[in-house]
Amino acid sequence: MTIRCRLSITRTDFALDVDLSLPLKGVTAVFGPSGSGKTTFLRALAGLENNKGYIKVGDVIWQDEQHFVPTHKRSIGYVFQEASLFEHLNAKDNIEYGFKRAIDVDQSVMQRAIKLLQIEHLLDRRASQLSGGERQRVAIARALSANPSMLLMDEPLASLGDKHKKEILPFLELLHGELEIPMIYVSHSIDEVAHLADHLILLDEGRVVGNGEISEMLTRLDMSLSHGERAASIIEAKVLEHDDNYNLTVIDFSCGRFFVPRKQLPIGCDVRLRVEARDVSLTTQRQEETSILNILPAIVDEIVDEGDAQVMVRLKAGNDLLLSCITKKSAELLKLQIGSEIYAQIKSVALL
Amino acid sequence: MVCDMLNEFDLSALIVTLKLASVSTLILLVIGTPLAWWLSNSKWKLKSLVEALIALPLILPPTVLGFYLLISLGPNGPIGGAMQWLGAQPLAFTFAGLVIGSVIYSMPFVVQPLQNAFASMGSRPMEVAATLRATPIDRFFTVAVPLARTGFVTAAVLGFAHTVGEFGVVLMIGGSIPGETQVLSIAIYDHVEALEYGNAHWLAGGLLLVSFIMLVVVYSLNRRFSLLQRSGQ
Repeated sequence: MTIRCRLSITRTDFALDVDLSLPLKGVTAVFGPSGSGKTTFLRALAGLENNKGYIKVGDVIWQDEQHFVPTHKRSIGYVFQEASLFEHLNAKDNIEYGFKRAIDVDQSVMQRAIKLLQIEHLLDRRASQLSGGERQRVAIARALSANPSMLLMDEPLASLGDKHKKEILPFLELLHGELEIPMIYVSHSIDEVAHLADHLILLDEGRVVGNGEISEMLTRLDMSLSHGERAASIIEAKVLEHDDNYNLTVIDFSCGRFFVPRKQLPIGCDVRLRVEARDVSLTTQRQEETSILNILPAIVDEIVDEGDAQVMVRLKAGNDLLLSCITKKSAELLKLQIGSEIYAQIKSVALL
Repeated sequence: MVCDMLNEFDLSALIVTLKLASVSTLILLVIGTPLAWWLSNSKWKLKSLVEALIALPLILPPTVLGFYLLISLGPNGPIGGAMQWLGAQPLAFTFAGLVIGSVIYSMPFVVQPLQNAFASMGSRPMEVAATLRATPIDRFFTVAVPLARTGFVTAAVLGFAHTVGEFGVVLMIGGSIPGETQVLSIAIYDHVEALEYGNAHWLAGGLLLVSFIMLVVVYSLNRRFSLLQRSGQ
């Protein structure tokens, strides 16, 4: 099941021209610099832009030359950048607004949304009495209470300060785990994308420059995301066990095990790891006497120059992909070439 | 006590005035609301023509408006003639004629506050409502109208007060038929002409006070609302 869209929107100072498919499951991030057309794309999906185009969601056509399903008949939930609560209603009435108009939905959908976002204690407050983070939580619950079959989010964290961002992000991760419906998440923050997305669409100046799995997209050396200071790869893994002697948590993934300082996570739970390219060094022989615990066998997949002195190396480790940023000199000393079998030494791993 | 001060004619003038102002305000709200909504949302190039037309009574001498109304509502005018042809009375010198005049004359006082209220709301609340399954009519009444409530109060009070205060138009098209078209402002004029300054004082002072109170209500409501909005940010 996919969403197919062909959209062509021309404004005086901007044009969006996309033709793409995206999966109708999981979290798809639409990522790009500001002005790249992310928000316009999302608004067009919701029917908020008065534009020509073709949109087909699953088997249902939302828009083509003859038809245009208006926004209120598209089964979506939309979270705007600013919470945009109805100022004349309290939090509860805001949440009930969509619930009352939804078709075939019982109270439990709304109760679940309220519980998920932990806003029981805020229900009687007016919109003006809520903090920025609380407003956005109410707005998300409001969107979910209409029982949408797809959740569209337009940079829900962008208008918040760092403190409130940290407050909301865990809720979004929770939604990622709990919701059965697909989510399309517009963002210009690679951190949010790395946390949440399963699938990634890269937009630049109104055009699609990349569309694929998040782990693949982050490590594609022909794309900008795999370069620069923050270049990193993402690995899906599971908590295997806790090591009580050394207070470590052992995490299992396709190519072996990671040891990280102990985290309060149940055994068997899914985790997402982020490994930065600058934290991965390479050796041809497995080092025995080293302080680095996480050493994995890997195969060099691709090598691309990174500035004048460095190269970015893409590695295959099991089914997963890693990036490593090393100097050109080291690459020569190690005689790195595509297909070389080497060991990746990973200095640090972040649990997302 | 009041009855001593107001004679029978004054009392009927008061009733005619209140009736005229109420009926006109009601009609103005009914036709002004969709008009203001359209003006605040339309991107039509010739929109300013309509806006200028609605604002005309703000600057036009009421006698000009009254003159044209008299011509068109009278038995030889297009509207009055048509009425007569249909077997009805021409509208000049009738209460219905006054209502038509008042609606045109007070139109900008109702449409402009509503238009401003709708415009300041922006398109976002209506977009949110649409994503929450509300049909256009539904979201207009459940979102736009409540959010523009101070605009509605302002429009109603200004429309009412302005109709109460009209003189030139009424003079031209209403004449001064007691109980039918004689309103307070005309009654004051008649009193002064007849040198009945005592009666004129009561009516004039009363109108002054009531108008002042109505404007205080409008301004304090607007202030309270803008304070509320600011505290909400």
